Amino acid sequence: MSFPLLTATAVVPALGAIATAAVPAAKRTAAKWLALLFSLATLALAALVAVRFEPGGDRYQLTESRSWIADFGVRYELGVDGIAVALIALTAVLVPFVILAGWHDADPLEGKEPNRRWRPTQGFFALILMVEAMVVISFEATDVFLFYIFFEAMLIPMYFLIGGFGDRAHAAGDDEAAKQRSYAAVKFLLYNLAGGLIMLAAVIGLFVVTSDQLGSGTFSLQEIVRARGAGELTMDATTERLLFLGFFFAFAVKAPLWPLHTWLPNAMGESTAPVAVLITAVVDKVGTFAMLRFCLQLFPEASKWATPVIVVLALISIIYGALLAVGQRDIKRLVAYASISHFGFIVLGIFAMTTQGQSGATLYMVNHGISTAALMLVAGFLISRRGSRLIADYGGVQKVAPVLAGTFLVGGLATLSLPGLAPFVSEFLVLVGTFSRYPAAGIVATLGIVLAALYVLVLYQRTMTGPVKESVRAMPDLRIRELAVVGPLIALLLVLGVYPKPLTDIVNPAVQQTMSDVHQKDPKPELEAAK
Amino acid sequence: MSTAVDVHNLWTMAADPVEKIPAPHIEYAQLSPTLIVIGVALVGVLVEAFLPRRSRYYVQLLLTVVALAAGFAAVVGLAAGGFGGAKAHVAAMGALAVDGPALFLQGTILLVGLVAVFTFAERRLDPAAHGNRVDSFAAQAASAPGSAGEQAAVKAGFTTTEVFPILLFAIGGMLVFPAANDLLTLFIALEVFSLPLYVLCALARRQRLLSQESAVKYFLLGAFSSAFLLFGIALLYGYAGTVSYAGIANVVEGRPGSVNGALAGTMGNDVLLLIGGAMLLMGLLFKVGAVPFHMWTPDVYQGAPTPVTGFMAAATKVAAFGALLRLLYVVLPGLRWDWRPVMWGVAIVTMLVGAIVAITQTDVKRLLAYSSIAHAGFILAGVIATTQDGISSVLFYLLAYSFVTLGAFAVVTLVRDAGGEATHLSKWAGLGRRSPLVAAVFAIFLLAFAGIPLTSGFAGKFAVFKAAAEGGAGPLVVVGVISSAIAAFFYIRVIVLMFFSEPKPEGPSVAVPSPLTMTAIALGVAVTLVLGVVPQYFLDLAGQASTFVR
Repeated sequence: MSFPLLTATAVVPALGAIATAAVPAAKRTAAKWLALLFSLATLALAALVAVRFEPGGDRYQLTESRSWIADFGVRYELGVDGIAVALIALTAVLVPFVILAGWHDADPLEGKEPNRRWRPTQGFFALILMVEAMVVISFEATDVFLFYIFFEAMLIPMYFLIGGFGDRAHAAGDDEAAKQRSYAAVKFLLYNLAGGLIMLAAVIGLFVVTSDQLGSGTFSLQEIVRARGAGELTMDATTERLLFLGFFFAFAVKAPLWPLHTWLPNAMGESTAPVAVLITAVVDKVGTFAMLRFCLQLFPEASKWATPVIVVLALISIIYGALLAVGQRDIKRLVAYASISHFGFIVLGIFAMTTQGQSGATLYMVNHGISTAALMLVAGFLISRRGSRLIADYGGVQKVAPVLAGTFLVGGLATLSLPGLAPFVSEFLVLVGTFSRYPAAGIVATLGIVLAALYVLVLYQRTMTGPVKESVRAMPDLRIRELAVVGPLIALLLVLGVYPKPLTDIVNPAVQQTMSDVHQKDPKPELEAAK
Repeated sequence: MSTAVDVHNLWTMAADPVEKIPAPHIEYAQLSPTLIVIGVALVGVLVEAFLPRRSRYYVQLLLTVVALAAGFAAVVGLAAGGFGGAKAHVAAMGALAVDGPALFLQGTILLVGLVAVFTFAERRLDPAAHGNRVDSFAAQAASAPGSAGEQAAVKAGFTTTEVFPILLFAIGGMLVFPAANDLLTLFIALEVFSLPLYVLCALARRQRLLSQESAVKYFLLGAFSSAFLLFGIALLYGYAGTVSYAGIANVVEGRPGSVNGALAGTMGNDVLLLIGGAMLLMGLLFKVGAVPFHMWTPDVYQGAPTPVTGFMAAATKVAAFGALLRLLYVVLPGLRWDWRPVMWGVAIVTMLVGAIVAITQTDVKRLLAYSSIAHAGFILAGVIATTQDGISSVLFYLLAYSFVTLGAFAVVTLVRDAGGEATHLSKWAGLGRRSPLVAAVFAIFLLAFAGIPLTSGFAGKFAVFKAAAEGGAGPLVVVGVISSAIAAFFYIRVIVLMFFSEPKPEGPSVAVPSPLTMTAIALGVAVTLVLGVVPQYFLDLAGQASTFVR
């Protein structure tokens, strides 16, 4: 057997988490470097995955398969298609920046030196690596049960990251902030756990269906898809729809889709900026990814059945998220609502059931990850300087800290999908894909872009332009570490905006395969040629 | 064997004319696990009587550990000898079954007992009284709380070393309970393990009134349920003319053996069968703590000394569910269509009530009590499946659950303030800051209770829900999943409290335990994680052990 590259990509960050957690309390800086080192090692492995992946090759590549829990029909099955490769790459790219951006976020507060056993700094970076490991393996799993396990398990480190490490904007010992934070963490966990448990019922249902008809229960995605194609496995419409809903509910909570989105603004608002990036740019992607990989492939008929409703929910997410973003007074919550709007686009692209739509949605996942990371991390730097999340507390920053303001603007422009920056490509593809099947939905979705321009530009105008407020007069510009975080992200946005071909080459075959699994053809094939 | 065996067995043989009494045929080797434990318990009583006080603790501890280890070795030997599968049969003239489920459950109970002994023997947690190291048990149980006699006993450094033989008696009864193959053996086993438990509950060193109250409650309600059980047995005897499981099952399925002349008028009367069966079920559901027979659980769990609570919560459930399984699968399978709807109702109410009422609890021990009720509901979902998978999933769940429970209660013994264990939840605030390791361990147990993947709780929950779904109880699975979501809320609440609240200056401290409790907790964590990550071996074991002999 060849080197288990996919396992290694997930195991390395997990080992990093253990190693980081084991660093003695006094050696905080060593723990940070260790975490960064392991995240870079993961990035190297992810790059290797991307290089070894052949875009035109088999459906799932670099596969690994081992028996795990035979009684439950569970196998340790890993494999990546183009979509998974893109998202693993996104995760591996973002985590080092998250670590770098959060370099001082978990330092002990002034005069509150931790005791010998309480090591928050080590814990912070270990948890980030743990989340990375679990996210990566969720992208790799081709066994439904294996996926489910890590889909659920990643909630625990995420929960501690949200609840344990609050925004530095609040002074130490601020009881109200601590309460808000623990509320946000609990809300995050309960929403996602409830979604996950409903999915568990559907997972069990899937097992019963397969064990009834195939003789022995299986969770293998490939096996189920094959058996359905060969007619060995049939589901009556009601069963398929119920199972689909069970799965979709969990993913819609995670994604998050209106009206299951309310945990996201709390979670992103109360956590530190790097953790907020981890939530929205990395963890939530598992939800939309799973819609594409599991909902569509396992339950093609039910997916088509549910499409109208889901498209409407996605449109509501787009408009509602954008409208609420316009009305926010808190920078981080604004980004959170903007994300809800963007997740609406992703879901819309997936369920438009066109090649452009789904390719666009996959690209959107990657580009949204990078652009939100850029915007949020700069916002985090800004907030850490002034100690407030309120937009009203800023003004005229571009005169005091021009580099900070400039990078903030680029992140914002990426968020509003300015042509030339990466998100434009994906948003355009999603809209084209939607127009070709649901013209009305496409028109409504376009409104989201207008609103995006509004909330981003107003945010920039209020915080960065105008007379310099007294409180920001002494604000220092970006430091080297912060530039090292923002610079590469902006470079990525530019490169992928001008030349997205490497990404589309990897993603497109996988999307076409998914489309054929759902027995869907593009409504107007001539668009395909025009591209 | 004589023809009389059709009607008579080990218990009723004496009623036969004297010249016809054959010497009962006892398979000593196959009963050795029980015999060892009960035998050593008797030796333990003699130790109490004849050995000087200062050496009793060590002798008793050694004896108990050796007895449980030897009993476990005997179980393993029997299982390796094929008694779990091909050679499974009914021993002791039909009184006891030696088969897969019996051996699996006996093994579980013995392991649980072994770990529980470590927490029983812990003598470092309570501050030494007058220079003597003391454990969780009253200095002198006979002296009234607060009396001069009690003070004198404390001053003299007395400890209640008789807890060890009492524990062994309880374990002995529990070993028989899931193996009992006739109703009278079932009843006697029930009493043999219940009476020592009543006594153990009353023996707390601190808060003795609460402890005694819990014992009285447990005893009264337990006696009540025993009466139901006994009445049910009488009715079933009237129905079938026999108390043996196989005999009753035959009559239920319409193949009566010899008809007892004295019972000719009642035999085969379905009214007796239904009422008797229902009463029997009530007796057993009381022991597993299923709603609506759960009222004793929170009070008893709270009042009993925490090591006893841990042992009771784990081992009683194992034994009682074992007996319930055998009753439903061996005696009453022919009555399946009658008892399934009832058990559906019980399972649904148990899951929901356990999960919902737990939300309002403010005491760790009461919280765990309600959580144990919810878990009883989950296990019942597996029991109802009436398939091979149902049996094996219940066996696996019991193994998984009992170690999580033992570990969780062992952690509870560590968190202390001046008044002893600090079980009020508000006192646990900020524990994660003060003692990250202890809080992390407790968090692992809570996550296992909540059924988070990669813990044994998830594997067990998945197994029983899968069995229930395959057995056609899909709605039960949905209710189970909903109650899991509700239950997750209060487990998470405790984690929030431990990690995200500021510690209070006057809050409790975590006592440093001796290696005994540490071993118990470490074993709990290890089993929780192993059963969560690589459960296959244990699922296989449970799967092989899932055939009842008849």
